[in-house]
Amino acid sequence: MKILVCISKAPDTTSKIAFTDSNTAFDTTGVQFIINPYDEWYALVRGLELKEANGGSVTVLNVGGADNDPTIRKALAIGADSAIRINMEPKDALGVAKQISDYAKENGFDMILCGKETIDYNGSQVGGMIAGYLDQPFISNASKLDMDGNTATIERDIQGGKEVIQVDTPFVLSAAKGMSEPRIPNMRGIMAARSKALVVVEPGAFEDTTEIAEYILPAAKGACRMVSADNPAELLDLLRNEAKII
Amino acid sequence: MASDRFQAPDYYHLDDLLTEEHKLIRDTVREWVKKDVSPIIEDAAQKGEYPIHLNKGIAALGGFGPYIPTEYGGAGLDQISYGLIMQEFERGDSGLRSAASVQSSLVMYPIYNYGNEAQRMKYLPKLASGDWVGSFGLTEPDHGSNPSGMITNYKDMGDHYLLNGAKMWITNSPICDVAVVWAKNEEGRIHGLVVERGMEGFTTPETHGKWSLRASRTGELVFDNVKVPKENLLPNKSGLGAPLGCLDSARYGIAWGVIGAAMDCYDSALRYAQERIQFGKPIAAFQLTQKKLAEMITEITKAQLLTYRLGQLKNEGRATTQQISMAKRNNVDMALNIAREARQIHGGMGIIGEYPIMRHMMNLESVITYEGTHDIHLLITGMDVTGHSAFKG
Repeated sequence: MKILVCISKAPDTTSKIAFTDSNTAFDTTGVQFIINPYDEWYALVRGLELKEANGGSVTVLNVGGADNDPTIRKALAIGADSAIRINMEPKDALGVAKQISDYAKENGFDMILCGKETIDYNGSQVGGMIAGYLDQPFISNASKLDMDGNTATIERDIQGGKEVIQVDTPFVLSAAKGMSEPRIPNMRGIMAARSKALVVVEPGAFEDTTEIAEYILPAAKGACRMVSADNPAELLDLLRNEAKII
Repeated sequence: MASDRFQAPDYYHLDDLLTEEHKLIRDTVREWVKKDVSPIIEDAAQKGEYPIHLNKGIAALGGFGPYIPTEYGGAGLDQISYGLIMQEFERGDSGLRSAASVQSSLVMYPIYNYGNEAQRMKYLPKLASGDWVGSFGLTEPDHGSNPSGMITNYKDMGDHYLLNGAKMWITNSPICDVAVVWAKNEEGRIHGLVVERGMEGFTTPETHGKWSLRASRTGELVFDNVKVPKENLLPNKSGLGAPLGCLDSARYGIAWGVIGAAMDCYDSALRYAQERIQFGKPIAAFQLTQKKLAEMITEITKAQLLTYRLGQLKNEGRATTQQISMAKRNNVDMALNIAREARQIHGGMGIIGEYPIMRHMMNLESVITYEGTHDIHLLITGMDVTGHSAFKG
């Protein structure tokens, strides 16, 4: 079973968010990057579990510059067999999906797994777009994936319950919580990652279809006013006359 | 304990000096400590229990014998990686670091360096996997700073050795499966013997009532006419230099480890100082708090630079016993002072288990004494620079 796992990098959740270039670019100064947790914890780990149970290989793929290599090495340390980096700065979901699908078309995979979204841009678009380019089924937001031969049984959490889907390979899937338990790499994995292939592939031609006009930070949180517990009248007064919500 | 919000200080961008592997190793251990250690360690310390289930996690990470070659079950890492692992373990708790440090440097190190191939194959894989717990017997009730005066001894009985004596202050003694024990032969020369649990006459009474390293088991190793098979003698090094070689490795790990405890105290104090409001502003805005925090980050940064350079020397095989003494002494003292100052910043909150401060502080009172006391390390430096020994008879 040949599995491709798409991994994106995302700022660590403790990072301070700021912008440069007249608020059109994310300021990466001092930002720690991690593998997007949905990609790592669910897509990658489930891919590895399927490989361990059924044989095959797991390739991780990232679209990005050379500064992403440490992030990719972590995926190799966790257990991926090899890694591909398509050497371009990602601009938007369509461009990333085009590069990934071109690579997948050439190399042929039984399944392509990605996280349900990245925790920075939260677009949830790339998986569906890859499936569109490849003309393959796309199952989004999956919380369970089991294989029996070439047939996958997949569960999705839906409003008020679950949806169970069966689909034959090849397919594209975006993974959500519940798919697997996060794995921490061990020292041997880290040392083994050193000798695994991280192949850099140049991107194919693609014309950007979108551009960032502006990023805007959310309004700062207002100051917190403390009201003494034995003075409910003051609280009511503030809610009625100052906040004007009652 | 409240959720672990630890963020490591790196004031001089020391990360730039580390390789990608170093950082991945450190961050991996840090993540594990946050996930598996921080939620349970305070309770374990309060109850005076070593959370032995963590041994499987330590082993899975490669924390037992990080620098032992992979063919013996180790992780085959360099000395800076070993240091970083110890730093992250001790950020969790000195007891956890002690367990990893004893197993790695005081048990696996002598078996690997002074043992023969059969001994390596018999013991190292099981110690690396955490299936076996090891302990190290050098200190005796009447011989702490002066180990060469030890009275534990063995006699050659032809087909075995007969071991008698007692060791004290032994980390993991009550739970150890094997102990590397230092004893004198009939000529008075010190040799290492591997003593296994179950050998007749070998007992490991526990030391109770500790106010320090509470999440770690401590006890004695007592040998009453223990018959030790001859193949259990470590053949490749003897004399006091043999156990001191192990201590060099362990002290090096301590020099890194205590930075972790100091970072945890600093991080907690910095956060608390910014959140605690008195007189209408955060206490971080007051000069006396800033003095404490500024001195803490300065001392942590100096200690980080010291250990990084020592790690380079160790990787090149050039670190001397005296250089390691200086780092152990300086860094433990630094960490203990930071724990005390951090306790002040936390006010009353500093004495309760919701914050890690008091636990680290009490742990460090052991660390400043074990593996060479604060004063003896000073005299080692003194002897090194003057050529005169102030502690040998």
